[in-house]
Amino acid sequence: MSDVALIKSLLVTLPLAFLTWRALPAGWPVLARLAGGLVGGWLIAAAVTLLVPSGLMAYLVSFAIVGSIYAVIALGLNVQWGYTGLFNIGIAAFFSVGAFTTALVTTTLPTGVMAGFTQQAFGLGAPFLVGVLAAGVTAGLLALLVGGPTLRLREDYLAIATIGIAEVVRLIFQNERWLANGPQPLRGIPQPLNCLVRDAGCEWLPAPVMALFAPLAPRDYTFVYLVIAALFVILTFLVLERAIRSPWGRVLRAVREEEDAAAMSGKDVARIKLQAFTVGAVIMGIGGALYAHYMVSIDYSHFDPLYATFLIWVMLMLGGSGNNRGAILGAFVIWGVWTGTAFFVDMLRPALAAISPDLPARGPYLRLMFIAIVLLLILLFRPKGIIGEEKFVSHLSGGREQPQP
Amino acid sequence: MNGAAATRMRPGERVKRVLGSRQAFVVLLGLVLVVLWLVAVYQGIPAQRLLSLMVRGVMLGGILALGAIGLSLIFGVLRIPNFAHGDMMTTGAYLALLVMALLPLGAPLGPFSFGYEFLIALVVAMPLVGLLGYGLDRLVFRRLRAKRSPPVIMAMAALGSAFLVRSLVYVFWGADFVFYYTGRPRPAFELFAGIRVRPDQLFILGLALVMIVLVYLLLERTKMGKAMRATADNPELARVTGIDTESVIRWTWLIGGALAGAGGVMYGLDAQLRPEMGWWLLLPLFAAVILGTIGNAYGALVGALLIGIVWQVSTAFLNPAYGPGVAFMVLILVLLFRPQGIFGKPGGG
Repeated sequence: MSDVALIKSLLVTLPLAFLTWRALPAGWPVLARLAGGLVGGWLIAAAVTLLVPSGLMAYLVSFAIVGSIYAVIALGLNVQWGYTGLFNIGIAAFFSVGAFTTALVTTTLPTGVMAGFTQQAFGLGAPFLVGVLAAGVTAGLLALLVGGPTLRLREDYLAIATIGIAEVVRLIFQNERWLANGPQPLRGIPQPLNCLVRDAGCEWLPAPVMALFAPLAPRDYTFVYLVIAALFVILTFLVLERAIRSPWGRVLRAVREEEDAAAMSGKDVARIKLQAFTVGAVIMGIGGALYAHYMVSIDYSHFDPLYATFLIWVMLMLGGSGNNRGAILGAFVIWGVWTGTAFFVDMLRPALAAISPDLPARGPYLRLMFIAIVLLLILLFRPKGIIGEEKFVSHLSGGREQPQP
Repeated sequence: MNGAAATRMRPGERVKRVLGSRQAFVVLLGLVLVVLWLVAVYQGIPAQRLLSLMVRGVMLGGILALGAIGLSLIFGVLRIPNFAHGDMMTTGAYLALLVMALLPLGAPLGPFSFGYEFLIALVVAMPLVGLLGYGLDRLVFRRLRAKRSPPVIMAMAALGSAFLVRSLVYVFWGADFVFYYTGRPRPAFELFAGIRVRPDQLFILGLALVMIVLVYLLLERTKMGKAMRATADNPELARVTGIDTESVIRWTWLIGGALAGAGGVMYGLDAQLRPEMGWWLLLPLFAAVILGTIGNAYGALVGALLIGIVWQVSTAFLNPAYGPGVAFMVLILVLLFRPQGIFGKPGGG
């Protein structure tokens, strides 16, 4: 195995090891399961790296990164909708606020010639993790602002208010040049750990470790980012799985199922809804930050309601709302369908051209039509999604409740 | 609420209750307009321009009312926040464009920028959009009703329908913006006291008024209209009293859709046609519906006029792109102080 293949396989190991770990029976001893996951994950990673041609591999990695970013946001939506029943159709607002916040926090103010092209309110030049943190906090504050007046009211008012906040946020990022370069893209968002693939290397890393990364060329950076994105999905997943099995998680589902009963048991329903809404929004903001650092250059058009709200809803509904595994599964399946249909529409080009000369250029909208039909079919025929919600009481009670008929 | 209970309320609650009364709420909305007006005057905007904007606001309110009345009826009768309503308006605008392409181009009628073919297109597009709404109901919402799906699933289906309808518009007409008539001069003339409007805008206002009167007659004088209002007010009670709710639902979609189609055509005549135009109108439409109390067609008219005026007057000193944002601010005020809307009963909404 060559040096490049070795380091690439090591980088791809993390997500695969996690999947292998999940696939191993829960009854195994903790360490055995962990070791089995790591070894199994690396074996699969090595096999994939050796067998798949490098061009396709690069494509698969970038696919997995975007899928992971969507998975994080779908997990955030799952807290709001899946567990608490809050109908947020302004995901784009929290997504884009997160992305632009980290962009402003981690870039530096442009100087010299560039200052003429790029305007931004501030640029702190802070590290990646500070940017992610700031993104989560800003998105959470926005959620408090929207949720405060609307969560006490009937559920469809929240939906309308979230459309409103998404539109207002979009209009601001589209029109306010001073804030984040208005309609022009905000460029140069730093890539975390980019130094690993540079010849100069990271000075803080010991030389032997750095030597391991030496075979990577700058274009292999996506392998590094895959580790970061996968880490965020895994952490979000584990934290949410823990939280949802805690008393707090049970209260969320109580509020969703029987709001009045929850209130009569002394639960402050409005407060709990606001907590769930904010936690979900913080996760969406973090997802936005991951997106910004991956894209390097972002503008308002990236956060069109289609990509930044609708697609995520279809992901969660398809995977299974109320199930964190479903949210991740749905994110990858729908992102696969969305990119896969792009190839399909490309193949259809000659046929479309035969119908009308304008049609091939409008091919992408056939994909939108397809995804909309998918959502309607899910709602009509399988509203619980592929996996559906797991019924459980507590991790302390051991066994799971029998699924309800 | 008796006096003893009122004295036990915390001061904050009492203030909120007073502000939430209908009179106080109307005063609050009036204050919003006054504040907007004062900001504009402070920035040195001449009164004539503000008056012109008011007139334009009433016209825009007329367009919004055509969408909002249907949205409010559907919301009231079916309990669905119809997120596809804006895109139904878009479809109406584009269907009219399709019909016009089939007809020979006529000379402009009088002072207006359009010819007879535009009027025919309007008359054809309206029932087609009504059928589109009814079709969506047959394909999606009726099945969901039969399965007793929760309301929020209906709302999501409405969102899915919105994207489905818009994708059709994109596929058939593309993403670029178009005009009904390119290159025709559309001069504004002086109405009185320096207020300048375009003849088209007066036509839009007049037509909106005519349709609103027709809706009024339909709701007040026909049996179906009365059944519709009764169902919007209280669906369970209406069903118990022997009203055929499925037939009411059918007519609600047909009429709501036709009005939305007309609204879309007129919005297209005033501005331009874009696939996203209806989606952008959705927020002002919902603001108008909630402001005027869900299910109340006349409330929707009042709400639409107010939103239209606030939107237009705000453009005196604000980037016009922020119009929907201004409507959103009004919506937040409504939700904070009187979520049941102007005509709602306390505790409802």
